[in-house]
Amino acid sequence: MADPGATAVKSSAQQHVISVLVANHPGVLARVAGLFARRGYNIESLAVSITDKPDMSRMTIVVGGDESVLEQITKQLNKLIEVVRVADYSDGPAVERELGLIKVNAEPKNRGEILQIVEVFRGRVIDMSDRTFVIEVTGSADKLDKVAELLGTYGIREMVRTGAIAMARGARTA
Amino acid sequence: MSMTGARILLECLRQEEVRHIFGYPGGVALPLYDALYDTEDVQHFLVRHEQGAAHMADGYARASGKVGVCLATSGPGATNLVTGLATAYMDSVPVVAITGQVRTHVIGKDAFQEADITGITAPITKHNYLIKNVADLPRMVAEAFHIARTGRPGPVLLDVPMDVSIATLDWEPSQYVRDPDIPSYKPTTRGHERQIRKAAEAIDRAERPVMFVGGGAIISGADEEVRELAHRRNILVTTSLMGKGIIDETDPLALGMLGMHGTAYANHAVHNCDLLIAIGVRFDDRVTGRLDRFATGASVIHIDIDPAEIGKIRMPDVPIVGDVKSVLSELLQHIRPAEPTEWNAKIREWQERFPLAYPSDGKLYAEYVINRQMEATGRDAIMATDVGQHQMWAAQHYRCRRPRQWVTSGGLGTMGFGLPAAIGAQVACPDKRVLCLSGDGSFQMCIQELMTATVYKLPLIVSIINNRSLGMVRQWQELFYNQRYSEVDLEASPDFVKLTEAYGGIGLRATTPEEYNQALEIALKVDDRPVVIDCVIPTEELVYPMIPSGQSVDDMRTRANIEELKPSVDEDAETWSFEDTEKALEEYVAKNQTDDDLQKGEK
Repeated sequence: MADPGATAVKSSAQQHVISVLVANHPGVLARVAGLFARRGYNIESLAVSITDKPDMSRMTIVVGGDESVLEQITKQLNKLIEVVRVADYSDGPAVERELGLIKVNAEPKNRGEILQIVEVFRGRVIDMSDRTFVIEVTGSADKLDKVAELLGTYGIREMVRTGAIAMARGARTA
Repeated sequence: MSMTGARILLECLRQEEVRHIFGYPGGVALPLYDALYDTEDVQHFLVRHEQGAAHMADGYARASGKVGVCLATSGPGATNLVTGLATAYMDSVPVVAITGQVRTHVIGKDAFQEADITGITAPITKHNYLIKNVADLPRMVAEAFHIARTGRPGPVLLDVPMDVSIATLDWEPSQYVRDPDIPSYKPTTRGHERQIRKAAEAIDRAERPVMFVGGGAIISGADEEVRELAHRRNILVTTSLMGKGIIDETDPLALGMLGMHGTAYANHAVHNCDLLIAIGVRFDDRVTGRLDRFATGASVIHIDIDPAEIGKIRMPDVPIVGDVKSVLSELLQHIRPAEPTEWNAKIREWQERFPLAYPSDGKLYAEYVINRQMEATGRDAIMATDVGQHQMWAAQHYRCRRPRQWVTSGGLGTMGFGLPAAIGAQVACPDKRVLCLSGDGSFQMCIQELMTATVYKLPLIVSIINNRSLGMVRQWQELFYNQRYSEVDLEASPDFVKLTEAYGGIGLRATTPEEYNQALEIALKVDDRPVVIDCVIPTEELVYPMIPSGQSVDDMRTRANIEELKPSVDEDAETWSFEDTEKALEEYVAKNQTDDDLQKGEK
């Protein structure tokens, strides 16, 4: 079975996954976030992490807006002194992943069904109590949305998602 | 050599050839001021409010092209710089602001006079630094100056905690590296060759080209290239408010300012052109008005060093990212000379027949004040303005001879900018006459800096265009709010003559053109203190022409009444004819002449 998360990141008219490579300085997150806020751009999700270079961090940002908005976002981000490079994953084939933790009601009578859903989406139950499961799922944002929708039937108590991270396919780097 | 952070900072400023600093001391800035105490070749100007310091550094930079430097303490000192930094940011002015900060170990603990000034100024600076370690100080100062003056310039703030100022480091001034390499900061200065060639072809093909030049060309020092392009190809030149002076405004090809209060002929020229060559401009809403009616028939070449300006407002047909001077000199290699065309003749004709005009009925008008000053100083003086009606009158009537002669807050429109900016300009250019045109509203916003001008014996000539009201707001209320004059009455103001005397300057009043002539004559003989001339003008005067906000050239309103002009161009017409524009201009002039005895503006 093909992994639903392995499809290339599609350039939808409304959402783009962009990589922002930044110098690892204090306050750089505030600068990037502030830029989005004051210029009225929408952040759908934001993931920040270290990279293979100790002095660089990578922000993976899912943004809403059409091509012209994305162009302005890219240009304005590039104006920030600490931004080293901005890349749009929709410029080529890429893989996208997001990790979600979902705490769902799991009455004994429902557990079998819930475990089936988890199995289909290649998730894992990583904690359980007499009334709940904590389920871990990774994949594209679409896949996580779908899992959440299906588990919603049983009552989701809490959900945490990392926001998407992505990587270009092949030798290309962002 | 072991040196304190404060000492190192001063040495770095010397390495950057900083000769003048505008500032105000305070608690955590004490080590910096102590180091300043025995630094002889850096002169500090003690202001009366930190906002004044920021505007002075700004005016200094605009008049000289050098980086302006201001200095303030933490907390309120730093926050008082905010308006000045925002002003400089909007107009791309290279300023380095240095602020004291509380000791690093109490940052975030709400210490006395603590404010998160790097957080506060992030949106209004090109970049800023909180220096947490004295070892980083020389590099950060060097980066600050490099970032401030290169690419699209802008203000940079250095926040220096007190413990960093007093910490010591083994350091030599010879270790200072000017213009350091910053891997993530590489402005594009050379334009793309193919794009430049495409621009040359578009210019070659154009039948009705117009150049629209802004502050970016002044910053780039591209006045020769702009003039050469205009003259070789006989292209008419209009400027933005920030572009005034890029070409001598008495040049036969100069059309004056474009936009809301621009000249009728410049606006009609742009409206009818088939090629708009936009150079170092950002298509401000005060220029374009309603965007879908702005230069609708024109292809656009847009040259700017900031890629984010390309396509931000108007999508160009030929975008060129690069330094204006460099791009234009490349472009000029492909430009063939051309004779003036019928298009030139047409606009020249409009220009001569429909000049900016104002009444000569024995009363004193702002336009008279501006024209008189211009004549009396041989168009050589630096003109710093405040913001409002007087600023627009000055933009229309003060015909600059050269770049950096015109100092005004364009983007942010900061009332209170004029006087401190004039002080900064005078410090930067001691051999030039510096004029300041202000209003009775604006002048009171940084009035305390009159003391600074007196103390440092700066012979500024400040003309207050006094209409006893907030004129520009009043104008909008008159035209668009049914004459409901809400909170614009400044009838209760201090006596500006006495007030100036109290500050140690010379105060004069003029209520007629003759009185103004006399006052100006006196003022021009003073060389050791500021002179303030309170110019009493009629309250009812409005700035015309005016294209109301969000409208187009078709909606241009004129001096004599506020009836709208007819559309100048038939949008469905297949071929362009100027008949409608001609008619509109005829009406425009007819209305103007209902004021008896209009006089032409100084040419």
